[in-house]
Amino acid sequence: MAGSRMKLEFSRVIQGRSRLGVLKGLGRNGQDSMEVPGCLLYTHFGTVPHLTQDTLHTLSNLPSVTQVTLSNIAEHQEVLEEFKDGFRKFAGLHDTLLYCSLHDPAAPCPTGYTTNKTVSVWGSGGRIELTVAKFMALQKIVQPDWYQSMADGETWQNNTSRKRVRKSVDRTLTHLDECLVVHQNSQELDGVEVFGVVEGGDILEERVRSARETAKRPVAGFCLDGLQTGSMDQTLRTQLIAAVTKELPEDKPRLLQGVGRPDEVLACVEAGMDLFESFFPFQVTERGCALCFDFNISPDPERAVLELNGGERDTAGETQPNGDHNLDDQTQMTSFEIDLKDKRYQDDFRPLVEGCGCYCCKNHQRAYLHHLLVTNELLAGVLLMIHNTAHYHGFFGALREALANDQLDLLKDRVSG
Amino acid sequence: MAAVIECGADIDTTPENHMSLKKTLSSASPLTLRIVAECSVTKARACDLVLPHCTVSTPVFMPVGTQGTLKGITVDQLEGLGCQICLGNTYHLGMRPGPDLIEKANGLHGFMNWKRNLLTDSGGFQMVSLVELSEVTEEGVKFKSPYDGKEILLSPEKSISIQNSLGSDIMMQLDDVVSSTVTGPRVEEAMHRSIRWLDRCIAANKNPDKQNLFAIIQGGLNADLRKTCLDEMTKRDVPGFAIGGLSGGEEKDDFWRMVTLSTDHLPREKPRYLMGVGYAVDLVVCVALGCDMFDCVFPTRTARFGSALVPWGSLQVKHKQYAKDLQPIDPDCKCPTCKRHSRAYLHALFKSDTAAMHHITIHNIAYQVSAGIAYSRVKVVIMCVFFFFTEFFICFKRADVSEKHLLQV
Repeated sequence: MAGSRMKLEFSRVIQGRSRLGVLKGLGRNGQDSMEVPGCLLYTHFGTVPHLTQDTLHTLSNLPSVTQVTLSNIAEHQEVLEEFKDGFRKFAGLHDTLLYCSLHDPAAPCPTGYTTNKTVSVWGSGGRIELTVAKFMALQKIVQPDWYQSMADGETWQNNTSRKRVRKSVDRTLTHLDECLVVHQNSQELDGVEVFGVVEGGDILEERVRSARETAKRPVAGFCLDGLQTGSMDQTLRTQLIAAVTKELPEDKPRLLQGVGRPDEVLACVEAGMDLFESFFPFQVTERGCALCFDFNISPDPERAVLELNGGERDTAGETQPNGDHNLDDQTQMTSFEIDLKDKRYQDDFRPLVEGCGCYCCKNHQRAYLHHLLVTNELLAGVLLMIHNTAHYHGFFGALREALANDQLDLLKDRVSG
Repeated sequence: MAAVIECGADIDTTPENHMSLKKTLSSASPLTLRIVAECSVTKARACDLVLPHCTVSTPVFMPVGTQGTLKGITVDQLEGLGCQICLGNTYHLGMRPGPDLIEKANGLHGFMNWKRNLLTDSGGFQMVSLVELSEVTEEGVKFKSPYDGKEILLSPEKSISIQNSLGSDIMMQLDDVVSSTVTGPRVEEAMHRSIRWLDRCIAANKNPDKQNLFAIIQGGLNADLRKTCLDEMTKRDVPGFAIGGLSGGEEKDDFWRMVTLSTDHLPREKPRYLMGVGYAVDLVVCVALGCDMFDCVFPTRTARFGSALVPWGSLQVKHKQYAKDLQPIDPDCKCPTCKRHSRAYLHALFKSDTAAMHHITIHNIAYQVSAGIAYSRVKVVIMCVFFFFTEFFICFKRADVSEKHLLQV
């Protein structure tokens, strides 16, 4: 593939690590762009969970890139093949770029099914095994703007052996090479970009090896896999990211898979990551919670006084300390949210977050959300998804502003409450 | 051809209409019915029903938002679909979150942030259909709460009190509900008791200037009992009437006979609400029989099972046959779902996300509220309803429902 069109244009690089800028040259025509650091729009089969177009479009400033996953798409290969015009059109998506990942970051899948030649995804009907041929056949019918190459990322469990980690690096490189061959010979993928995937588990040397080797291939950017929330603590993650990014070209974007918690996002941006998946608001919604963490660092005399006087701050409920490494238990509530099922919200007539401009906060109150959750009403998911998505994207906006004004530390303090 | 008649303060001159008009004005009720058109062949009419929050065009289908929400649809979406009035459920809301909290939230309108009209039922039907019935006495209905097992008495006074707290634009009396398949003395007992409970409800209404209390005609499938009930209840000065005790599994022939008997004896200048009727065929026939308002959980409930309502019946989106079907649910439908999505996409989406249900719910509400009923309203206003219905049934391909029924009207 002759040099990709995707290019990162920096407006700031802080301490040689955190990057602020614009990712340009996106899309088939190379005219689209997205701000970095940024997140992709998380969807199930092209639909933001719980939302139809009307409810989705109550949100402004949506990410310009929609993420879809092969775990949702693989089982529909036949119908997409017959449709011929690509996934975007099939799903009725207009005006958005499409990124196709392998797995759904919010749905950890069973391990033990990868082989030298295959990886597996889980659809609604069960396991679907993918060879490179099938993987690439899917990319050809999805026709995304870019996709991650096939990868073996089963290294996040505790006590993954060194041998297993090495295998994941080797296999992933082989898959990448094979994907690229098919890619370069596919007219359907003309103008589509490929991201290489950096593996290596928690072993520094393997991470470096994977990064170095992947960087040699003609890819448009890099996904970092196997570093998901729950797989290791942030200190190690930061270390590994730092080591990896040293081996990667500066002007190619880096996407971190499986990390969505605000504190972890901030730390990983500091370590040199550009793109994230926005599955975290969905997870918060599924447990009936609303994001409420503060990311406002603009100077406001009124707020300063309020805070001095111990103004009302929502204390989030019982939370799990960060020490718990359990990839399977991402259902635990965090300190960034409030649990609306709690009785204390029964007669709380305030919006979810004071000052939030989302549809939910402009029209409804905590007491109503509480009622919807207690009575198991579908509207709860709709309203919470709207708010959580708005809040999370607001956070990314604040993050970019903080980088622009050299206030990342201030933001970190604010977010950790 | 259809005759256009205005029933309003400045137009009526016939003595008969003058009398009933006076009666309406003197009670100063928060409801005015303006008859915009009447069919000269059937008993169908198109009206403007003026209620405190906005005017409702009838015939109207009212979606059911049981617990203060319409199953995954926001109030904005509901407004966008043309819904002018929807239902809340006194039994459910009375249990959770309870009338006190809703009062604090500025009534059910404030609680769910719905700016148009609300109708609440009395809780009577749920008492019968949902819970372990302890006892029905003259006092009220005693039952066991499913949430804490406590015994609760729902009396006419209690039902109206809850509905007053909910602040609905239309409230239903508590009636003694008996299934239409029941026969014998119980039916008569229930009918007479419903009349007495109506009087108690009227007395208990704290907000007659803001909330309209409707009576519910009972009497099962017995013409004499129905007639007695009609004679008695129409003596009471209520702003509207519902036809109750039907759509519960009885034979269609019996059903329609009772509906037409009821509308024959209900005042022309007051709205007629046929409770629990929602299937498209029944709606169309009952409009011809003179009913103005309808409600049913069917369209929203069936949507969640992937069943989309269409002019020719229904379409099971989750069935394999639609996996590759690239048409929208109904190519002629203008709802948000049909404008953007194909059957194939929705079929696939059902395997991935709950939003699939919402898409179908939106379509079904659009179908019932705007397509089905508005269409018949337009037809009443412009041309003879009889010819419209013939056309409708050809489309519907229902041989058993034919002109024979319409000619009986």
